Amino acid sequence: MTTLREDLEPQAAAPATPRPVPRSATGVDRLFVGGARAVGATVLAITGGIGLFLAVQAVPTLQRYGLAFFTETQWQPEADVLGIASVLVGTVTVAAVALAVAFPLALTTALYISEYAPARVRPGLVSMVDLMAAVPSIIHGLLWAVLLQPYASGIARWLHTYLGFLPVFQVDTDPTAAMWEQSRYTASAFVAGLAVAMMVLPMACAVMREVFAQAPAGEREAALALGSTRWGMIRAVVLPFGRGGVIGGTMLGLGRALGETIAVVLIVSPSFELKVRPLEVGTNTVSALIANRFGESSASQLSALLTAGLVLFLLTLVINTLAAVVVARSRSGAGTDL
Amino acid sequence: MTAVPESPARPGTAPVAPTGQTWVRPPADDLPPVRAPRRRVSGSTPGDRLVTVGSFVAAAACAWVVCFRLLPWGTVPGVLVVTFLAYLAVVAVATSATQPGPQVMDRVVAAVVTGGAVLVTAALVATVAFTFVRGAGALPHLNMWVDDMAGVGPRDPLTVGGVGHAIVGSLVQIGLAVVVTVPLAIGTAVFMTEVGGRFARVVRTVVEAMTALPSIVAGLFVYTVLIATLGVPRSGLAAAAALSVMMLPIIARAADVVLRVVPSGLREASLALGASRWRTVWHVVLPTARPALSTALILGVARGVGETSPVLLTSGAATFFVFGPTDGVMNSLPLFIYTAVRSGEPLLVERAFGAASILLLLVLALFVVARRAARRRPSR
Repeated sequence: MTTLREDLEPQAAAPATPRPVPRSATGVDRLFVGGARAVGATVLAITGGIGLFLAVQAVPTLQRYGLAFFTETQWQPEADVLGIASVLVGTVTVAAVALAVAFPLALTTALYISEYAPARVRPGLVSMVDLMAAVPSIIHGLLWAVLLQPYASGIARWLHTYLGFLPVFQVDTDPTAAMWEQSRYTASAFVAGLAVAMMVLPMACAVMREVFAQAPAGEREAALALGSTRWGMIRAVVLPFGRGGVIGGTMLGLGRALGETIAVVLIVSPSFELKVRPLEVGTNTVSALIANRFGESSASQLSALLTAGLVLFLLTLVINTLAAVVVARSRSGAGTDL
Repeated sequence: MTAVPESPARPGTAPVAPTGQTWVRPPADDLPPVRAPRRRVSGSTPGDRLVTVGSFVAAAACAWVVCFRLLPWGTVPGVLVVTFLAYLAVVAVATSATQPGPQVMDRVVAAVVTGGAVLVTAALVATVAFTFVRGAGALPHLNMWVDDMAGVGPRDPLTVGGVGHAIVGSLVQIGLAVVVTVPLAIGTAVFMTEVGGRFARVVRTVVEAMTALPSIVAGLFVYTVLIATLGVPRSGLAAAAALSVMMLPIIARAADVVLRVVPSGLREASLALGASRWRTVWHVVLPTARPALSTALILGVARGVGETSPVLLTSGAATFFVFGPTDGVMNSLPLFIYTAVRSGEPLLVERAFGAASILLLLVLALFVVARRAARRRPSR
């Protein structure tokens, strides 16, 4: 049923003038933009404030102790001797052990999920890795400190027995004695590193898996069509494409490993000896130092602890920034636009 | 592609035929069809499976000889490692008997990759299973869930006292932290993606940098400012502040990543239809990102609820129920576990495992909720 209405015909008289489109927000939008900017400024003030606060707090400590703060190994506030050399070395040692364990496992797990797993189990494996990332660090620390320590010390003794000629695997005891001294192999950077590896692994694995999954399907198929085996395809296409993700994911994990506190505090027995012997009892990290010493501190010691925290923060910041740059470069640039 | 049988009657080869004679091409049906064997590109043959099973048996036998007869390595990890290495060697040798080099490499790498994945799976299962097995002693007692530790000595049996106060403390602290951080984090993410500009880039840079802040340093910051300088007593409020400081950059960054992948075509369509920017954000961008956004938020909360180090410095450790965040010292699940383990008392360690199981259940529940949220599609 159609009716023609004469009066609805276009009048054809008024010249079309473009609707004014203001560049700045008007009406409700002005409120929205202003509000969003205010929230952003608040968050900037909070987060940036922490960084500034740490930097300002570090000034008196650095003025007082100078460069010796970085070379002194002892932390004896009563003797006015403060330094972070040994805890920095301990931090790096724990992180290195964690990465040495976590990197190969993360790489193989990521490769398995993206290349080998049957399509039916793949989503389950992905959520398994995500779940592993969500397990609180206190639980890893509890398990390794109470349950798994004897096994870890057994592995440490094995490494010492057969690879003890390498300086890294030195322990100051006799591994082949009839009654071997288990206490020399416990509470070490090695055990702490194993616990931290459990936390680093899922982070690194998730980043690697995402990058592997983005490897272009055309190039994969080309490699397979040219007769390569699955490993040949992975070596020629997936790994070169995902190199950035492998490096970036590992570095993100390293950032987490450096800052990990609770698992390390529960496992290691504090020692301020400057040594790179991960298998031997006793080590210390910056975060463990803070957790152990904050309660008994005066104002100046708090400032020193904050300085140690700042050094740790700067270390992780540099590593995370590098990781972000590396990961961002490896992205293919495929957009998500409609 | 079927192979064409060679025949002397092909028209192209006709010149050899003497003139005057007519060659008749025989009908193709008379010749038996010749088929080239198809190359297998996937799956495994019975031979492959036989090699796998045989190699495993051989490797296990090797491991037995090495670990129990030749060297003193007769422990569970020792046997497993030697079996795995022997398996790699046997598979390489057995495959190289019939297959070329690249195939051998392929089989070995597949075994290595699968072995790594199995080890990681086993590690996760062991983590969860060990926690619950050791917690099984304390968990069945109802008082473990609803009582507090007031007046309970370290050697009192598991039928007395519980971690109810720690559960309450954890919920109060994380609830406060969520109330503070989630609006701020989503607001910041909206500002960074939807408003933009030079200032937004500064905010994004700083927020990304602060995700590197170790949680213990966040705790130390709050301890120094609130407790040591301003004189605020150790309380749930201080703990919530420390958790907020730690979670804010993490959640803001996750939300930013989620909002950035909302297709800009949707935004432009909304704006082109005349919607204001505010309406575009509220009715298009946020609903589109809602599943991913809730996943990011819940995972951030799961991270916060299990974090010990900020709480360790700021909340103190009460042994009784505290509900008000400003009512002085408070406990929480991670902190309870930490103090119980450090005490070294066997019964307290038992309780710590019970508390760890409850904490793990909490995280698992949050994780399942996050998965559900991620799968839900926004209603049209």
